[in-house]
Amino acid sequence: MPEVTLDEVRHVATLARMALSDEELERVRRELNRIMDYFAELQQLDTEGIGDTSHAIPMTDVYRQDEIGDSLPPAKIVQNAPDSIENFFRVPTFMEEE
Amino acid sequence: MELHEMTAWELAGYLHTGEVSAEQTVQACYDRIDAVEDNVRAFLTLTPEIAFDRAKQIDELRASGEQLPVTAGIPIAQKDLLCTDGVPTTCGSKILENFVPPYNATVIQRCRDAGMIMIGKTNMDEFAMGSSTENSAFQITGNPWDLDCVPGGSSGGSAAAVAAGEATTALGSDTGGSIRQPASLCGLVGVKPTYGRVSRYGLIAYASSLDQIGPLCKDVRDAALLMNVISGRDPMDATSADIPVPDFTGTLHTDIKGRKGGIAHELLYGEGIDPAVRETIEQAVEQLSSLGVEFEDVAMPHAEYSLPCYYIIAPAECSSNLARYDGVRYGHRTDEPTTDIYDLFAKSRAEAFGPEVRLRIIKGTYVLSAGYYDAYYLKALKVRTLIKSDFDRAFENYDFLICPTSPTVAFKIGEKADDPLAMKLADICTIPVNLAGIPAISVPCGFVDGLPVGMQLMGAPFSEDLLLQVAYAYEQSTDWHTRRPSL
Repeated sequence: MPEVTLDEVRHVATLARMALSDEELERVRRELNRIMDYFAELQQLDTEGIGDTSHAIPMTDVYRQDEIGDSLPPAKIVQNAPDSIENFFRVPTFMEEE
Repeated sequence: MELHEMTAWELAGYLHTGEVSAEQTVQACYDRIDAVEDNVRAFLTLTPEIAFDRAKQIDELRASGEQLPVTAGIPIAQKDLLCTDGVPTTCGSKILENFVPPYNATVIQRCRDAGMIMIGKTNMDEFAMGSSTENSAFQITGNPWDLDCVPGGSSGGSAAAVAAGEATTALGSDTGGSIRQPASLCGLVGVKPTYGRVSRYGLIAYASSLDQIGPLCKDVRDAALLMNVISGRDPMDATSADIPVPDFTGTLHTDIKGRKGGIAHELLYGEGIDPAVRETIEQAVEQLSSLGVEFEDVAMPHAEYSLPCYYIIAPAECSSNLARYDGVRYGHRTDEPTTDIYDLFAKSRAEAFGPEVRLRIIKGTYVLSAGYYDAYYLKALKVRTLIKSDFDRAFENYDFLICPTSPTVAFKIGEKADDPLAMKLADICTIPVNLAGIPAISVPCGFVDGLPVGMQLMGAPFSEDLLLQVAYAYEQSTDWHTRRPSL
């Protein structure tokens, strides 16, 4: 299996929205390569014609009446926000320049 | 016997006759916490005010002649990933350090409705990722049987609290063994219910197709009691099963003579199982045989692929679940200057997630990314089918399967912290159960070097009643469950 490169790790960290230092990118690269060897064991198994299991217990869609129920009070939810104004979440202003 | 040493069932008897008040049961827990918690460090938050208020209410209701549930007045510790209305819930992470849920998880509400009294919230590996509770962002928990050893994980705080007598019972969650392995390492009974038996509403998610909530208790009867409280369909969790819940305590005494048990060969004789642990399980098999269970060896040819399979599926699901922590609506937000909203997300997440969580998110993102999805994630889902079919085949011929819960007894704090693969082997016997979605129970069955050993009984979906019956019959014929650590 080809080695995972630092550029690939950087790309995946961007996808995961994770700002990693150069040191940590290198740590993650080493760990990924280590675990990839381990994953290679699975490739030995013939899974031709085998279905995939995303949920172990068979389930079908669950329906319910579309009725209006109680919601959590917005003020109680916003209490946990790092920054808020009235019942809104507040984030810093990011304006792109023309 | 002192109140803090009693089982829930024993306490319930004294509470019912009025010999002991709920206030006294709660006081006994906090007295015990005062005496040992500095060494055990099982709790992240204690809730004495709420607990004593609730105890008074229950005592008053009982005095007024109200018919109360059998569990009314029983103290319980709750793992700190179960949302508790108005009580901090950190998930063992800096990212949720200041999070106060606006609602109760369904299991928290059910315990409350059953009159159980929450003592506090327990320590855990951050986001339940770990097998030793050493990945907690806040503290290291000691094993009450040897404080230099880990209590197991990720529900290590819940296990240590019950084993130390700081709470009579506890709830934990189990994604790859996080209830059963700490139960085994701390000499307790731990149940991982069938996927869907217990509602996950209000459980902070790690890997949603694997997570289940279950009890950690001093004996099998207490575990059955707790299963009665928490099981059943919940409209708030569409994956909770609409299947009747048996009376787990009422059916405990069912005779197990003639039951067919399978010895999960690869999970008992495979690599990595400590010979002394293996011998202890063999003795448990003999004991169960003397009670009338007929045993045969069962091959589980795909069991050895469980670890790589799990370490693709769990990080994949985690990378998706943990995307919600963005520093906007709740949780940590960076104080650093940020250039755009993505920068705000990325800095907030990197600052507040611990190293193991960061690593699993990256791994999960990697196996799901374009070009790798088929080779890793889809392959793992197919292997999961093969692992599950091993169990399906076995349960055509056997009522339950047996193997160790953990390949070793409790290990020293720090011993495996720098060796991720050695740490992952701790879950080698428990992970196949989560992949297959089936129920399993860990039951104390002996000691090696003065530390507890647990046997794991695994059953077909929704056969918790049968597993509890086998466990109870075994327990009644031995006295391992009566041993308490000296602290």
